[in-house]
Amino acid sequence: MATRKNFSIVAGPLSRSNPITTQVLGICSALAVTVKVDTALVMSGALIFVLVGSNTIVSALRNLIPSRVRIIVMLTVIATLVIVIDQLLKAFLYDISKQLSIFVGLIITNCIVLGRAEAFALKNSMRESALDGLGNAMGYGLILLLVAAARELFGSGSLLGLQIVPDFLYAGQGGWYVNNGLMLLAPGAFIILGLLIWLQRTVTGYREE
Amino acid sequence: MEALSHYLSLAVETIFIKNILLAYFLGMCSFLAISRKVETSIGLGLAVVFVNGITVPVNWMIHEYLLGQGALQWTGIAGMEQVDLSFLTFIVFIATIAAMVQLVEMVLDRVSPTLYQSLGIFLPLIAVNCAILGSSLFMVEREYDLMEAAVFGASAGIGFFLAIVTLATMRYKLKYSNVPKGLRGLGIAMLLTGLISMAYMSFSGINL
Repeated sequence: MATRKNFSIVAGPLSRSNPITTQVLGICSALAVTVKVDTALVMSGALIFVLVGSNTIVSALRNLIPSRVRIIVMLTVIATLVIVIDQLLKAFLYDISKQLSIFVGLIITNCIVLGRAEAFALKNSMRESALDGLGNAMGYGLILLLVAAARELFGSGSLLGLQIVPDFLYAGQGGWYVNNGLMLLAPGAFIILGLLIWLQRTVTGYREE
Repeated sequence: MEALSHYLSLAVETIFIKNILLAYFLGMCSFLAISRKVETSIGLGLAVVFVNGITVPVNWMIHEYLLGQGALQWTGIAGMEQVDLSFLTFIVFIATIAAMVQLVEMVLDRVSPTLYQSLGIFLPLIAVNCAILGSSLFMVEREYDLMEAAVFGASAGIGFFLAIVTLATMRYKLKYSNVPKGLRGLGIAMLLTGLISMAYMSFSGINL
């Protein structure tokens, strides 16, 4: 079970073949839900559910799906799983599901899910596909959490809603510190992710042609 | 006149202030992958304008007459005003989009083979572009009417077109610059997008 191959399927996407920074998949939602850490956490959880589920189901069906209609079959599987998670979020975490607004629905068109189904699950066994889904979803979640932590810390001075920057440092209360409002806006997300990609590629030595 | 200026201001707002790509991050995957060449980015941008302009109003009608709360009242069957099929929204919208893309592809192949050739692989790829599904979902969330939905769909597409062509031209110029090794490709594209997005922020507050 815990062979080296299985381990590398799960651990590879965490750094070396990370879906966001290396494979360039699923960037839309990675940027949109990272204003705060708690939305990023919920989004990562939702993606883990959908990606493991879709990879497993597509892999189980891989010998039955005619290759000409495979895209629409995969989309149907993914859309069904997304509906399930969307209804669950609405039932149990209503506030956060309001903040995520349309981005839970957009997991359907998240390139990671379709990309992994097409590139991995159609060719590999169910167990390996499930592990691949888990690894890629966690790699995605890792980047999401890093970007969200940076944006929430510098943009609001807090993490998970808890204030980190002490009150007396703030400009209004005798200090000099001001939150960087740009971090909460769209450009902040682009720039943080750009810098993160730079860091990751310098460390792993990955080069684009 | 009143109505015209309303639609115009909706269009300006959607293209510049609430740009689907630079403010809501939709369609980033194809945005980054296809912006290496100016010609291909124009092709993809046009395809998005085209497909988005069609699918958003079509999805509006589907939502209004089939899926929303009490939408099936027009059938006249008793009890239909209780029926709420909105949980099916995602799966029906994505199916509509896939079908419309296929339809647009066949029509284009018949009517204008040159345009069809130039769009090439991008047309089918649009079916999984977040920008298209995202516009349809925004349309539902913001409760537009049919005309507003049509204007919104087309101008969201135009916003995407502008953003992708801007980035493609900048990346073309970038070929001659000395970018640090780890930043080449995706990294510098992200930073550039951040700068473009910052420039678009200056449009906020404009009202027609």
